[in-house]
Amino acid sequence: MIAPAILVAAAFLLGVITLWKRRSPSHLRDIPAFARLVRALGLSIEDGKRLHISLGHGSLLDARGGSAFAGLALLRTIAERTSVSDMPSVASSGDSTLGLLTQDTLQAGYQAAGVGEAYIHTAGRVTGLTPFSYAAGAMHIAQNETVSTNILIGHFGPEAGLITDASDNINVPIVGASDDIAGQAVLYASAQEPLIGEELFAAGAYLNLDPSHAASLTVQDIFRWLIILALIAGSALKFVRVF
Amino acid sequence: MRVLTAIIAIAVGVLVLLGYFLPQAAMLQALLLDWAIILAGTTALIGIFNLVSVHTDKIRHRAKDSIYSAILIMGLLITFILGLVLKPQNPILQSIVLNGIIIPIEATLMGLLAVSLLYAAVRLLRRRADLMGIVFIITAALIFLGSATLPFGDVPIFGTLIRPWVSQIWALGGARGILIGVALGTLTTGLRVLFGMDRPYGGN
Repeated sequence: MIAPAILVAAAFLLGVITLWKRRSPSHLRDIPAFARLVRALGLSIEDGKRLHISLGHGSLLDARGGSAFAGLALLRTIAERTSVSDMPSVASSGDSTLGLLTQDTLQAGYQAAGVGEAYIHTAGRVTGLTPFSYAAGAMHIAQNETVSTNILIGHFGPEAGLITDASDNINVPIVGASDDIAGQAVLYASAQEPLIGEELFAAGAYLNLDPSHAASLTVQDIFRWLIILALIAGSALKFVRVF
Repeated sequence: MRVLTAIIAIAVGVLVLLGYFLPQAAMLQALLLDWAIILAGTTALIGIFNLVSVHTDKIRHRAKDSIYSAILIMGLLITFILGLVLKPQNPILQSIVLNGIIIPIEATLMGLLAVSLLYAAVRLLRRRADLMGIVFIITAALIFLGSATLPFGDVPIFGTLIRPWVSQIWALGGARGILIGVALGTLTTGLRVLFGMDRPYGGN
């Protein structure tokens, strides 16, 4: 009974807050990784280099799909902004279903920018179907395709360390986020700008002015406070031996 | 067409979600998930075609290191033909392709990863010499000291007291906090897709 109640409450709040955000846009706190990402978007076009967006190997058929969808939302914005560049962005993924959506999202970005005919299908790549084979393929792109910034956003395990190491060897900055605890620890140690925890899901709100993205951050904040209050209340009740 | 794809995606999403809460919708949910699994299998083939297409392009344009692309395509073809002729569960094929090539290569990458991570930890303080960077390094060092198996046994105090205290209280608490944040992010991202606010399909 709790699960459907949470779901309905979240859906209701998301709808209401989206409508509210359309009237009064919110102010978001500064996150250095997103500031670097915005800067990298502009610089990549000026430098004649490309961005490499690595979406991880999260399957869309399980719980890891959330991070994959967050990565796709970011990819959509990046594709639209960099499609007119001489060196358009390239995206890699380690899951075939995600790979298909990567291509679709890239194509949609090109079409939104009015250069649909410039899209080439090899801009979205499935580099391997196991974590390490995927990392090996992504390493090659990170090192050999005139990349200005590597953006790792999605489901990554410790193998993310191989991609960041390859990127570091040629002094290319990395912005990294994973929904996996081991992947986050590796990215924290090896990426110039790591994103921690739920910051992964904020990418759309920071790069895209769509109110639904900002609304989803507010819904997360509301639920986070409710969870904090429930944890404190539960601890207090346990302390006084109510249960 | 865009509207149709959105309607299909949202309807399927809602029906699968209802299957978790209403027993009447469970059968339909199972059917839709079966279809999704079949489609996912088909996309694996598309993924392989994508891989071949990318590497064929590299060979055709004589890109840097295209020799590796040629090796990849040859390996793919040889494995595919051997799998067709001998059947995938053939023990000789398994021992050559799986135990002889794939597992050793992945193990090598795992070994490389250990070196990369050690190097990243060393460089962390040079890159980010702030409080959290120092806490990260000290925590990692404490856990390593507590986990190390030395000839004379565990390191006293570190293995019995400090490591369990750091990993079971501080690290576990932090990890749970992060996972709760990730779960909330997944929930709202899923709802955005379900409402059609995010449509990473159908060229939207």
